[in-house]
Amino acid sequence: MSPELINLIIQATGESLYMVGLAALIGTAFGLPLGVFLATSRKGELFAAPVVNRVLGIVVNATRSTPFIILVVAIIPFTRFVAGTSIGSTAAIVPLTIASAPFIARLVEAAIREVDGGLIETASSFGASPIQIVLKVLIPEALPGLLLALTLAVVSLLGYSAMVGAVGGGGLGDLGIRYGYQRFMPEMMLAVVVVLIALVQLVQSAGDYLARRVNRRLRHR
Amino acid sequence: MKAASMNVHPSLAIGQPIETLDAISPDATSPAATAPDAMVRFEGISKTYPAYRGKPGVNALQNIDFAIPRGSITGVIGRSGAGKSSLVRLINGLERPTTGRVVVDNRDISALTGRDLRLAQRSIGMIFQHFNLLSSRTAAANIALPLEIAGWAKADIRARVAELLELVGIADKHDRYPSELSGGQKQRVGIARALATRPSVLLSDEATSALDPQTTRAILDLLANINCELGVTIVLITHEMSVVRQLARDVVVLDAGHVVESGHVADIFTHPKHPITQSFLAEVIGDTLPVSLASRIVSEPPAGGQAVIRVHVRGAGAGDTLVARLARELGLDVSLLSARIDEIGGQHVGSLTLGIPLGVSGEDATTRTLAWLSQYQLPAERLGYVA
Repeated sequence: MSPELINLIIQATGESLYMVGLAALIGTAFGLPLGVFLATSRKGELFAAPVVNRVLGIVVNATRSTPFIILVVAIIPFTRFVAGTSIGSTAAIVPLTIASAPFIARLVEAAIREVDGGLIETASSFGASPIQIVLKVLIPEALPGLLLALTLAVVSLLGYSAMVGAVGGGGLGDLGIRYGYQRFMPEMMLAVVVVLIALVQLVQSAGDYLARRVNRRLRHR
Repeated sequence: MKAASMNVHPSLAIGQPIETLDAISPDATSPAATAPDAMVRFEGISKTYPAYRGKPGVNALQNIDFAIPRGSITGVIGRSGAGKSSLVRLINGLERPTTGRVVVDNRDISALTGRDLRLAQRSIGMIFQHFNLLSSRTAAANIALPLEIAGWAKADIRARVAELLELVGIADKHDRYPSELSGGQKQRVGIARALATRPSVLLSDEATSALDPQTTRAILDLLANINCELGVTIVLITHEMSVVRQLARDVVVLDAGHVVESGHVADIFTHPKHPITQSFLAEVIGDTLPVSLASRIVSEPPAGGQAVIRVHVRGAGAGDTLVARLARELGLDVSLLSARIDEIGGQHVGSLTLGIPLGVSGEDATTRTLAWLSQYQLPAERLGYVA
């Protein structure tokens, strides 16, 4: 493979990591609090607000059931408003974030619900406020699950990022389509797939390792 | 408070001197409410859980009026579903009464909300059946949690945690995670955590029910020491009579949401009135005869056999010399067929099963024995005969 093509792959990998990294970061910033709220706001729970819980649940489901490629096109005006443009890697971060936040929220909700309810009662019994319970009990206790959730979200985002080529977002997926498919360069397609597989392996291994490190529920030494 | 003044029986105020009853004006609240040295007072409490999603509502507690004396160890005993857990959760404000009020250390905890309630909760510690330790924190960090929540300075927390680990006897487990500790060690961490903010009341919700008998004994000893050294009032929720017997001075017997008996452990269990109390007592003293004996008992007197008499023993020193005195004073070869005597609150409680020789005089010896026993006010019954 020529050095120019290798350069293209390196550049596309950089674009993918940039989009996925920032989208995961911003998606977590929205998804984590949303997930915690979804997990604690049903009737009788810490932040009981059943109606808000239900409405947010519906919004999350609606976002998650919209195919990503349609979401990308549908929110172009919003993307232009936020990013100043609707084309390029930075613009692509907007739909990626909007797709990942509800996904992360659902994963966070599941991880938080795994925490033994007795611990909430315990913390309440010594006078912890709801915020203290979230920060000192729920999140630390759910941390292994939260790290695995985040790993899953990043892997999914790598997949989504392949579609933002449709709005000129660049990245590995775009490279694969334009060179590998449209210019009949199977070796380019193969290279893109290999890089993506390597990235996913790397992210998953790192996530598994971190989750194991913080999991004190099992004896390990 | 109407419910309180109407439904209270004075005997339901435990550990309360009789004299204080005279001091109550006719329209005052319940006698429990005026107990001078109560740490916890339940005044006209009822707790109803409303019907929810097709499940009918539940009256968990009704007409609860009693006081828990300051510095005491009080057992609350009942079968599952009797309302014990609801009762204990009213004390630390985890639940609110439907009617009435709960006064803890002269503060109406059932009226507090938000920040005021959280501040009050810091003076009430609680330990749990399943320990409820954070798996993500070491023993020391678990104990530090209530102090962090109360906003203590880091250095103060470190010193206090070291002190508490020493107190509960696991100073060497400082950096261990709960998954590396045994059940007894976990409960010690739980106790240290509950005591961290120097509470005046310690609530124990079946704290030894998940432990083996030996560990249970060690944990109960630890609680007794804590009560003695720190003067912390301890409220023990349990379904196990042995826990009440070993540790509590006062007891409240709960059945179907009602207090059926309450008072000093020794009084309640030497003269149990309610069937539930009697069944709890039977758990420790055993009400049944050994099978080898029971299978031999017949209803017709066999020639040369023995009459079987069971004597119920209640009170200090009762039964100590009973067999010897009976043999000496009546000149009988009394045989001891079975005996089960235990000590509850310093009082002997149990029963002796005696064999009285029928001999040539037939029932005569038996009649004299029963008369002799009733003279000493020892209840006895004739169970039959053995050959």
